[in-house]
Order: sequence, then C-alpha cells, then structure tokens
Amino acid sequence: MSTVISVENVTKSYRLGQIGGGTLKEDFSRWWAKLRGLPDPLLKIGEEHHARHLGEQFWALDNVSFDIQEGDVVGIIGRNGAGKSTLLKILSQVTTPTSGQIKIKGRIASLLEVGTGFNPEMTGRENVFLNGAILGMTKAEIRSKFDEIVAFSEIEEFIDTPVKRYSSGMYVRLAFAVAAHLEPEILIVDEVLAVGDAEFQKKCIGKMQDVSRGGRTVLFVSHSMAAVSKLCQHCVLLDGGRLKLFGPTAEIIPHYLKSGKQTDGIRIWGEGENTQDPRLKLRAMRILAPDGTVVGHVDIRKPFTIEVEYQILETLPQCRINLRVLTSDGTLAFSTADSIDPNYNAGARAAGSYRTRCFIPGNLLNEGYYSLTMGVDIPFKKILFMEEAALGFSVEQTSDLNTRFPEKWPGAVCPLLEWQTKPLD
Amino acid sequence: MSSHPTTNSKPAVDTSHAPPADERWSTIITPHRGWLDWRLKQLWRYRDLISLFVWRDFVSAYKQTILGPLWHIIQPLLMTITFTIIFGHVAKLPTDGIPPFLFYMSGIVCWNYFANNLTKTSSTFVGNAALLGKVYFHRLAIPISIAISNLISFGISLAIFLVFLVSFYFRGVDIHFTRWIFCTPLFLLMLAGYGLGGGIIVSALTTRYRDLANLVAFGVQLLMFGSFIMYPVSQVSAKNHWIAELNPLVPIIEGFRLAFLGAGTVDVAQVATSFGIMIAVLAVGLMLFTHVERTFMDTV
Repeated sequence: MSTVISVENVTKSYRLGQIGGGTLKEDFSRWWAKLRGLPDPLLKIGEEHHARHLGEQFWALDNVSFDIQEGDVVGIIGRNGAGKSTLLKILSQVTTPTSGQIKIKGRIASLLEVGTGFNPEMTGRENVFLNGAILGMTKAEIRSKFDEIVAFSEIEEFIDTPVKRYSSGMYVRLAFAVAAHLEPEILIVDEVLAVGDAEFQKKCIGKMQDVSRGGRTVLFVSHSMAAVSKLCQHCVLLDGGRLKLFGPTAEIIPHYLKSGKQTDGIRIWGEGENTQDPRLKLRAMRILAPDGTVVGHVDIRKPFTIEVEYQILETLPQCRINLRVLTSDGTLAFSTADSIDPNYNAGARAAGSYRTRCFIPGNLLNEGYYSLTMGVDIPFKKILFMEEAALGFSVEQTSDLNTRFPEKWPGAVCPLLEWQTKPLD
Repeated sequence: MSSHPTTNSKPAVDTSHAPPADERWSTIITPHRGWLDWRLKQLWRYRDLISLFVWRDFVSAYKQTILGPLWHIIQPLLMTITFTIIFGHVAKLPTDGIPPFLFYMSGIVCWNYFANNLTKTSSTFVGNAALLGKVYFHRLAIPISIAISNLISFGISLAIFLVFLVSFYFRGVDIHFTRWIFCTPLFLLMLAGYGLGGGIIVSALTTRYRDLANLVAFGVQLLMFGSFIMYPVSQVSAKNHWIAELNPLVPIIEGFRLAFLGAGTVDVAQVATSFGIMIAVLAVGLMLFTHVERTFMDTV
C-alpha cells in the first residue's frame, strides 16, 4: 500500500484587515496615507488599535502534515474554524497554500457541495452531462455510465424535466448519483450525507464503502460522528488550524468530543464566537446538579438540568432551543427541543435576555461521557446558532452498594425500566 | 481493509516525510506558480467541459423565450437598421461608397464578436465564484467556452450579412470581394484575441476592484465610437488620423470591410502591428489570469 496524498507542512494564512478594501479608491487612499505616514483613513474612529493588526496574519492552517494511504477512508473532523474547509479547498486546488506543499497521486475529485454547477433551466439529463464534466469526467465516460447514474438517483421519470422543478431531495439524489459514479482515485466528500432521506443516506454510505473497497481513497469531512465512525478507518483531527491527532477513528472521536471545550459543566461564549446571526447572542450554557451547583459530572441516578442563557437583540418570529446528546463515539443518544414544553410559546419571542432549562431525569443516561450539541433556530426556516459539542459532561456511577447496574451496560442510554414476571398457572 | 502500517496508525503527528524516490506524483500543489505557467496542456484535457459549457450557454440562454435562437439574428439586424436610419439617413455620414446598410452591418458583426467576448469573459471570476470556489478545473475553460459560444452567434450574424451582401450584389450595387477575404480567419482570431485578452485582464482585476465591472460596460460603448463602426477611416482628416492608428481594432474592421465590400483603408503593416498588440494583450491577460486564479477565492 502506498501513499496517495502527502501533505507537507501546509500553512495557509490570511491577512487580516487589508482584504476588506474593495474599490480602487479605497486602496489608493490607504496607500497614499501610508506613504505620508498617516494612519489608515478607512478605519473607524476608536478602531485605532486595529492599525497594529493591519497586515497581521491569521493562520487558517498552521504547519499541517500527514500522509494518506491508498484505499483508506479518512475522516477530517474538527470544530467550525478548525481549518477543515481550508484544507479541502487546498486539496481540491481551489486555492493555494501560503507555504508547504501537497503531493497527490491519481485523479482527485471533490464533492464539496452536491449539485455544483447544476443549471436550473436545464433538464436532469443535460445536468448529468454538465455536472459530470465539471467534476472531471469526459463525455464518453458519462455516456457509458448514464443509465447507472439515473438508476441510482431513482428519478427515471423526471430525467427530462428541468431541475428547477425538482424537489430538493430529487436534486440532491441526482447530484450525488453523478458524483458517486466518478471514478477518481481520490474522492473528497463534504457533508453530503446531511441531506436526503434515511434510505438514500444508507445508499450513499454503501456507495462510499464500495468506492473504498475498490482500492480508492476517500476523504470525508463531516460533523456527524456517527457517519464518520461508520465509514472511516482513520481520522484527522484539526483544532485551531493545527493537526491535533491522526489515527484510528475509534481513538480520535472521543478526543474530538472532549477536545478543548470545558468539561467542568459550564460554557461561556465570548465576543466573536457568541453570535452567528445578528439577532441572537449566546451567553452561557451550564449543567446543574439538583442543588443548583454547576457540575461537570452527574450521578447516573440523579436528575440534572441543562440551562442555556441567551439574548435576543431583535424580536424573533419564533425561537426554539434544540439539544442533542451524543455519546463518546458520536452516536446520537437523543435529541430534544423546548418546543415540546406544553407552555412553549410558539409565537414571536421579544428582544431581551432569556434562560431556557431542560430537565433530564435520573436513571436515563448511561455511564460515560456525553457531549451536547446546542442549536437555536426558527423552526424550518433558519438556524440562528449551532455549535457541535458545545459542552460535555460525564455520567458517573457512584460506588453505592445499592446500585442497580453493577457494571456498565452497553447502550447509549440506560433507563431504569419496570419489569414484571408472574407465574402463569 | 487491511491494516495500515506505520505512520498513520498511531495518533501522533508525523512530520518526517521521505517518500521513496520512485514514487510518481500526478499533482503537486505548491504555493507559487510562475506567471508563465499557463498549463495549456492541461486545458486540452478539459475540452469536453469546454464543449459542454458552450452547449449549455447555447441551450440555456433561450429556454423560456419565444423567439429562441432567432435573437442571434434579430439583435444585429435591429442594430444595423437603427444605425442605417440615424447615421445613414439622418446624419448622412458617408460610407466609402458602400450601401450604408452593408457598411454598418459589417462593422456591427465584427464589433459584436469583440464586445461580447470582452464583456462576457470579464465576469469570469466574480460571476462564477460559487462554482470556482468548489471544484477545480482549468479556469480558462470558462473564457474559452465563451469565445466559442460567441463564435456561433458570430457565424449566424455573418451568414445573415452574406445573405444581404448577395442580394445587394444582384441588385447591381458596386461591391466586390478582395484578396483580403483570405484574411477573414485571421481577423476573427484577432477579434477573439482582443476580446478574450481584454476580458480576462478585467476579470482578473475585478476580483480586487469591482469598479472595473462598471467601467467595462460603458467603456466598450465608448470604444465603439473610436472604432469606426459608424463611419469609415477615409473620412478622418489627416490631422486626426492618429486616432485611427492608435486603436488596434480599426485595421481589423477596415480589413473586414475591404475583404467583403471592396472598400476600406488598411495595409499589411497595420494588420501586422495590430496582431502583435493582440498577442501582447493576450499574454498579459494570461499572466494576470494565472496569477489571480491561484488565490482569488480568498479575496472574492
């Protein structure tokens, strides 16, 4: 087995402050001021300190090196801003590194977003050819695989309909079908599994496994640890632009879930990370023991509370807080939202500060480490805030002789259920 | 899957990279690329993509239109009629003895090919940022496919022009082909070169300065007035002749008229000079394009 991708000391830096200038006049006035030794005329008052940052570098990737072997399926994981997309962009040659180099053996095709280059006016058939060519296939290759592609997408009847008339599910199926029939030596896949129904997702995963069984290499970027652990033998964990770990998936995922973020039961969002939509600011998230203290580990038998504090800056038409509880291997244990509360206000939520609490009963979760994914959304319309593994906590078995579960049972949850046995005669 | 030996099976950062010397890499992504590294050989591999882009432009442009590809005929025809009325009948500008209709049409057919190439290729980066930000293919595939698409509409316009030419000829108008007609492919190549070269220069610069996008729209219109579409070079006084000599597009348009209509002011040296300038414009365009293509996603 040989190395097909060799990433060598790849660094990508962006200059802060100077990219904003979009017009010739701005650039000229900036250059003219610099020439006369004056501060940047385009900085806002009170922003002088930025002058020092002008020209300062932001390292999206910092000296990253690793090798990928032929036929391997490698997950690239990390939090938002860890450098995953930058790495993919460099690998797919959309942009170049600032220093270092990447050597690639074989044809590389990236599937960074399904349906790239789809023309809404054209029919499914026409788009198969167009999209296939954009992804690097020749016309002859597409022609020879056309029937297979259409069969895979399951949209035979609509193949001569303009894709703008397709449902989003059909669109994605067709797009994935094209990409799945590319035969590059290396395939880069980014979050395609987030779309489509469960049945189709299963098909996609199967196809990706076929691809790797055929000796080809797959790089898979995803936030879904369940998908990563199902598909990938190895994982690259990026954190703040650096390569944190590279190794077998089973060893890396727990690190990802625990990485960086607080395990002391509290997460406070600072400036710069507390908002993803101008209407909402996150403040804090805490795990509370029954007595109200902030804890990083909870007793398996006792209830606890997850609370989220946030500020709405502008009245929202609707607002819902979502929580997902994931086990250390990335399996979703359960998800919940404040909309199941009978007193939930499904209407507008006025500007102001709020605290939303979710009460988790005792005897529900299993022993072990869990991470919380927290999201705030306007249901079915807009995600206002989303953070994977925003907070982690461990559920512990205290050494109590009366415990009902003397050792760890398998399973994402371990509820205390009622059982009954009666003699029948 | 069999097991993975050594480096990547340990959760550790391995920075010692010494691939065996016999390994042959098909792609090496490096930070810098020369200004002259145009990768034209690689472009050839994307010929299917180019042809599909051309086909897409042609097919999708007229979906949900009533007249469809007839627009290729209507647009130059209406423009010619307008010019004939305004410049021919109202302003009564002389046309070297050529019927005004043919005179204007010859200019418009050439001009449109140049101007469409220029304006459409000038938005290569900014207009396709969503696509270019996701997939790699040779970026020149886009401007080249545009030039080819435009060649189709040029072909249609030229055919219409020839139909009118023949009908005028049989009505006994004094027009004739000259030997310059053999230069038609050269003129076409030069118009494509100028349009493409200028367009990719603008497209490269607009990734940084969006102002240029506005400039191109009216710049092309202004340039038309200086390119002798509405009046022949022979009408310019000796004192103002430098205007005609300064604009390298003029010999092409005058040459085209001389070829098909038998009247025009042009000589071989002018065409040769214009050709040289075209090569220079194209080369500068390719250099800028190659330079910007590497990292334009970071600034767009």
